[in-house]
Amino acid sequence: MGKRTVVPIGPFHPLQEEPEFFTLTVEGERVVDIDVRIGYNHRGIEKLSERKNFDQSTFVIERICGICSTSHPFAYTRAVEDVFPMEVPERAKYIRTIIAEGERIHSHLLWAGLAGHFLGYNTVFMWVWKLREEILDVMEILSGNRNNYAMFKPGGVRRDIQEEDIGPALAKIESILPTMDMLIAAIKDDPVIHARTKGVGVLSEEAAINFSALGPTSRASGVSRDVRVDSPYGVYDRVDWDMIVTENGDVYDKVVVRMLETIESARIMVQCLSNLPPGEIDANIESVPPGDGIGHIEAPRGETFHFVRSDGTNRPVRHKVRAPTFMNLPTFKSTVVGETVSDATIILAAIDPCYCCTERVAVRDDKGKKIYSGTDLVELSRKKTERIMSRMGIR
Amino acid sequence: MIYLLYLLVYGFLATAALGLFLSWVDRKVTARVQYRVGPPLLQPLYDVVKLMGKENLIPAGASRLAFVSAPLIGFSSVVVVSALLWSNNLNPSQSFMGDWIVVIYLLTIPSISIIMGGFASKNPLASLGASREMKLLIAYELPFILAALVPVINSGGSLRLGEILTWQAEAGATATNLSGIIALLVMIPTIQAKLALVPFDIPEAETEIVEGPMVEYSGTGLALFKLMKNMLLFVIPFFATILFLDGITFQGIHILWGALKIVVLVALVTVIRNTNPRVRIDQALRFFWGPVTLLAVAAVVLAYLGL
Repeated sequence: MGKRTVVPIGPFHPLQEEPEFFTLTVEGERVVDIDVRIGYNHRGIEKLSERKNFDQSTFVIERICGICSTSHPFAYTRAVEDVFPMEVPERAKYIRTIIAEGERIHSHLLWAGLAGHFLGYNTVFMWVWKLREEILDVMEILSGNRNNYAMFKPGGVRRDIQEEDIGPALAKIESILPTMDMLIAAIKDDPVIHARTKGVGVLSEEAAINFSALGPTSRASGVSRDVRVDSPYGVYDRVDWDMIVTENGDVYDKVVVRMLETIESARIMVQCLSNLPPGEIDANIESVPPGDGIGHIEAPRGETFHFVRSDGTNRPVRHKVRAPTFMNLPTFKSTVVGETVSDATIILAAIDPCYCCTERVAVRDDKGKKIYSGTDLVELSRKKTERIMSRMGIR
Repeated sequence: MIYLLYLLVYGFLATAALGLFLSWVDRKVTARVQYRVGPPLLQPLYDVVKLMGKENLIPAGASRLAFVSAPLIGFSSVVVVSALLWSNNLNPSQSFMGDWIVVIYLLTIPSISIIMGGFASKNPLASLGASREMKLLIAYELPFILAALVPVINSGGSLRLGEILTWQAEAGATATNLSGIIALLVMIPTIQAKLALVPFDIPEAETEIVEGPMVEYSGTGLALFKLMKNMLLFVIPFFATILFLDGITFQGIHILWGALKIVVLVALVTVIRNTNPRVRIDQALRFFWGPVTLLAVAAVVLAYLGL
């Protein structure tokens, strides 16, 4: 066994724009162990959300993630609607699907650009991001915003898509499709990209299932898992699209899955925009009845899961968020160990991580030692619940 | 005195000015390829001057002498080697026996200074970068020397750069022979690696090990390293021009012709770095010791056969 050293990636590192800390234990250039530490940027969104009413919360939730900014409101509004349970108007369903898919395209393109940057291929970075500008323009035509669209509200959507906007948006989507095809062909053809990504950071199908990997991370490993298919929402069961699944689970396959998904998303957008039915866009809900609701949707990174508990007032008493990175992060144990430090960075990036959406509380003493384990926190939470219940006179 | 003049005026001033200009060309071309605007002409100079005025930090626990002297050693070796190349090119009769060997030696010293500085700074990322630089040096040095040997054989076994130049002035540039063309082809990836540019920027890989050996440098030390790199951007293509493309003749229109040779070489390097991702160190080693070395050996054999 060689001499082991620790290579830190983070808390501030040009690899990713968020604070995260990977401790790579290496022998020479080979990684033998990895420890991930996040929690530098806990923002207390769940607590914030509990202090605002159901409508206001949507705006807070939209800011959980700057990239998949629509996936969280989508899951949240579905969770609120699940409390009733109720259906949203047909036109709202279409608009929701359009916005969610537009976001998927821009998110995947953003990731592809960053992946190029991580490989030192800055030309791809700039070219892909230039292409992404076009799809942001489409989103601006449709929603008035390039990002953080503020389109969602419990019971429907906040803003209608105007008839005169559909034509320009469709034209713009059609105009970027050839460029996307060219880009995919270029990535599939480049021998150096193959050399850097093929067979690197392989997540086997078994490991993907065991770690409960989500989204493109699992689909690249041959696990056909997609909320849009498994439990259709919006209008995904009514439009014609394919779920992209590949077998190898390496970084290359993760690139390919994401790139092909952008084409599928464009297909979905075109179909929805062409067949947008007339009608109401909002069910105008007056109040939310007491009860529990869950909402889960397929975000660009995987399944986003929200839980909302209502007590009949105008605020959620409990709002729980699970971002897809929370499930994808542990796969590093399987993918990074055994690879070299050079490959570690692209493997870490390959799950398209979003740490700030995933932040959890970790209580540590001044030496960095964990004070509370998961069990302790559950215990604390139970005690608090009992305290509240006894104060409310339930028990 | 004349040597001091060469050292100061040509070795330092002219090379630094041209190096900064070429690094601007590199950045501008890169920017245009990537749909960006790119920096103004004097930006590389501003960068170096700004760094000069910044605080010098020496990490606790670092080997102070090695840490401070590493950029100086690398920088001065580049000054010396460029003075040598200039004097050869300006006055081919002035060269001394074996300056080809001296140039090859001096051109490895910048890499060695980077290794030295990286290991001296007591930072795991810097050490990793330094060890990568060492592996890369071992990888590209063999084909580099073999390729540089081709003009020597062509010109009848002369180890004087001046004689290589006079021979080329009579018989035409080395790159007009088959062996010369192959050697130039071998030279281009090794130039890329010597300059530590993508796809061989493995020692500095920003997104992996944060500029590697440079991670602890600041202020003047970093400025010297950056200036050294900018000067190398001129010196190494200049060396390749002398070996393969008949050097630069400083008479009238020939100056433009000579400038064109260097700019084309630099532009080629820039295009390569913008159309490739970074490779892994083992892939670089396999690439240089496999196909590139084979090509270099083939070039040497062809040169012996007089082709």
